[in-house]
Amino acid sequence: MITVDNLTKRFGPFTAVDGLSFTVKPGEVLGFLGPNGAGKSTTMKMITGFLAPTSGQVTVYGHNTLDDSLNARKIMGYLPEGAPSYGDMTPLKFLRFIGEVRGFRGAELTQRVQSVVDALQLESVLNQTIETLSKGFKRRVGLAQAIIHDPKVLVLDEPTDGLDPNQKHEVRKLIQNLSKDKIVIVSTHILEEVSAVCTRAMIIAGGKLLVDDTPQALEARSRFHGAIQLVLTHAEGALEQLQALEGVKSVELSESGLSLTVFPEVGASLFLPINDLLQKNNWEVHEFHVEKGKLDDVFRAITHGGSVNE
Amino acid sequence: MSNFTVVLKRELASYFATPLAYVFIVIFLMLTGVFTFFLGGFFENGQADLWAFFNFHPWLYLFLVPALSMRLWSEERKSGTIELLMTLPISLRDMVVGKFLAAWLFTGIALLLTFPLWMTVNYLGEPDNGAIMAGYLGSWMMSGAFLAIGSCISAATKNQVIAFILTAVVCFLFVMSGFNLVQEWFTGWALDWVVDAIAALSFLTHFNAIAKGVLDLRDVLYFMVIIIGWLVATAIVLDMKKAD
Repeated sequence: MITVDNLTKRFGPFTAVDGLSFTVKPGEVLGFLGPNGAGKSTTMKMITGFLAPTSGQVTVYGHNTLDDSLNARKIMGYLPEGAPSYGDMTPLKFLRFIGEVRGFRGAELTQRVQSVVDALQLESVLNQTIETLSKGFKRRVGLAQAIIHDPKVLVLDEPTDGLDPNQKHEVRKLIQNLSKDKIVIVSTHILEEVSAVCTRAMIIAGGKLLVDDTPQALEARSRFHGAIQLVLTHAEGALEQLQALEGVKSVELSESGLSLTVFPEVGASLFLPINDLLQKNNWEVHEFHVEKGKLDDVFRAITHGGSVNE
Repeated sequence: MSNFTVVLKRELASYFATPLAYVFIVIFLMLTGVFTFFLGGFFENGQADLWAFFNFHPWLYLFLVPALSMRLWSEERKSGTIELLMTLPISLRDMVVGKFLAAWLFTGIALLLTFPLWMTVNYLGEPDNGAIMAGYLGSWMMSGAFLAIGSCISAATKNQVIAFILTAVVCFLFVMSGFNLVQEWFTGWALDWVVDAIAALSFLTHFNAIAKGVLDLRDVLYFMVIIIGWLVATAIVLDMKKAD
């Protein structure tokens, strides 16, 4: 369990993190969202004990990251922003170094290194110096380093930054497959990633916690949540009839004039009534789908301080 | 094997992973040769000792050791690996000592590679090998003091060039404070004990004593205190400004 208590970090006159408090329980995958400069990385640096907070404190499974830092560090794996590693070392030597620091020796060390090499598919570059590797491989070496000791707590600062879509998918799968009793904290700008891997999402801006909810609940805040998108042809008067339906808040025509988006009143479900209407009128339907909600929208609305329903 | 040896091993290996180690050793050996034979007048002295060799070590270290020490922490800062290192379960003491010892062992290796000189002087005459041993030990102790200063300054900046220049300047002051020139500048207006203290701080005073073969415990102790003091300062600097 991680407890963050009134965490604040100031750099001179600038407040990077402003009174954050939350707890994370084992099994949770917490996604940190927020614009650049929101304080995500600074918060992660304080959780891992790299930065000392100006005030407030962090405890990781009972170990305070200031007074009992060494024990806290033992149970954490951390991928810092940009995945720094020693450029003149090869992934094999680098991972063996990290393994030794983590207390593994002999056969166990070899086996640990091999297991992360397999998990992140590093076999082909094991004996090349890290500085010559592509961004994707560097990131994977950084991830391998973070999970080599099977930590109870994993803190990943933008783990999929710079990866191609296939690699992103692999990393997400890896995070999902980590055993269920771990705490994982991930920061990202990629919103789809939050729905894909996180069980909980926190939106931070200006160092303050704005939202702490499940990704599903966040999506539900979107005005697109439950909205229905339609592409119809030969549908005279569809706009008016849809607007007249019960539970419909508004109907918008796309700029191209081809697709309609029907927004529901809060809590109303439009699937059945619209389906009935379509059948009754015998309109030709080319597309029909229910929106889950657009996280981008919610994110923008929340971080700009506006309302979600604008 | 504790974490400090793990750090030491990685660090020492990293010298040899790049051309740095080889360039350093070759230049060091060439310069010691030049100084000993041309400037020091090794043959002209007609004495079977290595005084001509050791005499120039402070000046050699003045620009070679900062080149070695500048990367100790600056590089970690620049590449961001400091964040990785400091979130691993390694105590600050193990990191500082491990890195320092790696650099110190490396200068030790460079120093040992000057053994042909020792063989030469033994071939030519019958030197006092005890005095030569003391000279090597003194030189190595002094290189440690230079390195410890460099470690602290390197910890304070992510710019290696700045680390190099500042280290060279601070080391220069430590060497020069034993010179008559500096002493005269202070005598007359500064209190006597201040003048004495400044002289006592000089690397030269202590190194010359050892290099002449007089292995006084106080001189050894002096270098140990300098090394430990600057390493403690390194740890404090690192702790204070980890993130910048």
